[in-house]
Amino acid sequence: MAEEECTGAGHQAPTLAAAPPSPIPRETWEGCSVLLDINDGDRLVFARLSPAATLKIGNKKCSLGPLMGCPFGALFRVENGPGGPYLARCSPSTSAASNNSMQESEKGNTMENNRDNRLLIDNNMAQNLSSNDIDTMRKEGATGDEIIEALIANSSTFEKKTVYSQEKYKRKKQKKYAPKVLLRRPSARSICETYFKKFPARTGFLRVDTLSLLLCMSNVGAHSDVLVVDMIGGILTGAVAERVGGTGYICSIYFGATPYPSDIVRMFNFSNEVCNRIVRIPFSDLCKSHESLESSETLLNTKESSTLTESSSYKNSIYISAEPMNQELDLMEDQPVSNEEMLTLPANSEPNPLSSNSCSTETIDCKHENNASITHEPVNKGRRPPPEIIDLWKTNGFSSLIVAAPESDVGTIVQELLPLLSYSAPFVIYHQYLQPLATAMHRLQNSKMAINLQISEPWLREYQVLPSRTHPLMQMSCFGGYMLSVPELSSVRLPEDEVLNSSSQDART
Amino acid sequence: MLSIDPSKRSSLERRICDGDLVIVYERHDKIKAVRVQKGSDFQNRFGVFKHSDWIGKPFGSKVLSNKGGFVHLLAPTPELWTLVLSHRTQILYLADISFVISYLEVVPGCVVLESGTGSGSLTTSLARAVAPSGHVYTFDFHEQRASLAREDFERNGMSSLITVTVRDIQDAGFPDEFCGAADSVFLDLPQPWLALPSVRRMLKQDGVLCSFSPCIEQVQRSCEVLGAGFTDIRTFEVLLRSYEVREERMIGTEGVQDSPVGSLPRKRRQCISRDVNNDSKEITTTTSTIIARPCRETKGHTGYLTFARLACS
Repeated sequence: MAEEECTGAGHQAPTLAAAPPSPIPRETWEGCSVLLDINDGDRLVFARLSPAATLKIGNKKCSLGPLMGCPFGALFRVENGPGGPYLARCSPSTSAASNNSMQESEKGNTMENNRDNRLLIDNNMAQNLSSNDIDTMRKEGATGDEIIEALIANSSTFEKKTVYSQEKYKRKKQKKYAPKVLLRRPSARSICETYFKKFPARTGFLRVDTLSLLLCMSNVGAHSDVLVVDMIGGILTGAVAERVGGTGYICSIYFGATPYPSDIVRMFNFSNEVCNRIVRIPFSDLCKSHESLESSETLLNTKESSTLTESSSYKNSIYISAEPMNQELDLMEDQPVSNEEMLTLPANSEPNPLSSNSCSTETIDCKHENNASITHEPVNKGRRPPPEIIDLWKTNGFSSLIVAAPESDVGTIVQELLPLLSYSAPFVIYHQYLQPLATAMHRLQNSKMAINLQISEPWLREYQVLPSRTHPLMQMSCFGGYMLSVPELSSVRLPEDEVLNSSSQDART
Repeated sequence: MLSIDPSKRSSLERRICDGDLVIVYERHDKIKAVRVQKGSDFQNRFGVFKHSDWIGKPFGSKVLSNKGGFVHLLAPTPELWTLVLSHRTQILYLADISFVISYLEVVPGCVVLESGTGSGSLTTSLARAVAPSGHVYTFDFHEQRASLAREDFERNGMSSLITVTVRDIQDAGFPDEFCGAADSVFLDLPQPWLALPSVRRMLKQDGVLCSFSPCIEQVQRSCEVLGAGFTDIRTFEVLLRSYEVREERMIGTEGVQDSPVGSLPRKRRQCISRDVNNDSKEITTTTSTIIARPCRETKGHTGYLTFARLACS
């Protein structure tokens, strides 16, 4: 400490060690999975970049080729070229009504915030430009911005609007006449948000803050061996794999003969190193190879005589849930669902001859039909864990457990899986309904297998922050799922000998 | 605390050793961090616990005091650490921490800048997220707090992941050697807007910033400055609501003369007291149900989290 005092920050100033390759890709490449955000979230489309891939915006079909090699975060606009519409890179500031509304409106705010809507009359006469005029402009090659300017110039009411509604007007026109495409990087955050916004049922209504909590409560990090039950499309498996990186293991366990669909894992741009760490195994196999099978069996036999019949009923519910999921998906339905080993992962670090020669826009936007020719990714045949790794889990136990099984009896699942965990390992169960968790919690409390269980529900509110106009957003999601764990302390599995003789010592409480 | 050292990793084989950090769990609101030392004692209202009795037991064990009281010995995690660390400042809790890490898109290998260090609650979770090859560079203007935090990180085996530096970030900005090197930046400063020009230079393209502020006025000023150079500016509040779960006996309508909804609670109490004596004689339609409701009081506000992405040049 004395040293710091005399040398000050200069000496202590940390030096950046020889920078390792960035863990986060900052630019796209051919074969890369991207998230396209069209008109500020109006449409969100997952796509795989290739020279042949296309995207339909309005009635225009644009090649995604220009997006290859561009930085994530880049903004594109549809322009009209001699060869038809194409996506051109633009900087955020040149776009007519972009997100520098803050400064503009601030200016307006100080000058003239006294306008209101007293002069606005809804008689549909405000716009002097007809649709024929606009078509003519288009034919003459006017850009979207020029059309918007013309619309403003010919609007008799625009000048009377408040600055805020002027913004709104411009934004609306921009969406129609100068649509923009934002190139986003698929990450657990953006993928979870996209599904939650567009197709929440496919990810079991899991909101991003809930997902974040699941990952933290289960102490997921490098070198962890995480056991997951992922019946929510693979978002959980992917998010855990993103946190574990290429070090530990993500063991996706399934009940019955068929692994759960995990197509969402393909949306992440995982390297082979990471993909190799995602393994899947049926519960029966892991259990057979596990020494503590006896203890788990005795426990379950005493507690739950109906376990076996219940676990076979999971299978039915899983099949039911898998069906609509795959029907809805545009492209993923072509994945062999019944195949026992069907985890399909992109292998981005390898040359990918298949994805380069055909169009491959994966999209979760149902209206966007692009099933002309579908690329079959190089499939990493859903890996089973090597026997030596299973042995390692046998001696060490898994470091944590996350269960997201919306249509199963989570209490029974957890009781079956807890014996596979290492002592004091945290676990957390996600569910979109409260009651199954309450039942599971009650059962676990009685079984004395874990301490300090708690059910919690995250609450997330977003704010609009603007000068003199700050308030919570008018619409909010009021439900993002429940978790069984402990709000601030992860639940732990107790050593078995403790379980057996703990009941006698409860006099204190 | 983290699994980066395989020998310290939580496992079925691993036993508590001399020198280990254990989390002594008495009740959900009575948790303490204890360094195991042969010959030491741990005392609470249930008696004296000998550390030597703890050595050799697996984590998660229930251990007894001289008077027969018990506590559980848990393996430390960043979440538990947040509950037991000594509060030198106001700290961030689980809901905010988890959201910050997800939204900052921190993954193994990332370089993260943080100011201030405070008590090191978030820093510990950031370190877990960047491990094994990334690094958290954390800055605090308070010399004593910085060195206390540094000692904590060392003791918890995280000094290879965290560097603590004394520096006033509002005043001096982040050091120049981090220009364009940070995957994400976290600010918990009284006047975060002062540090934003520096943050802009530190972030890699498309890198993410988070600023935590308890007051909306701080958010307002920060957002005004963020307009330049940042995009995707979003402000959130995240809280956690807990539920109570109980098994209750509910009475059906049969056998009860007047059961308007209003009088149900009283009836239920009567039913329970009767059941203690003779179980199923009084009311034939009593069923046992597991019921849940939110806890009555909770934290209503911690702070606003403002995120922004460095605009693509």
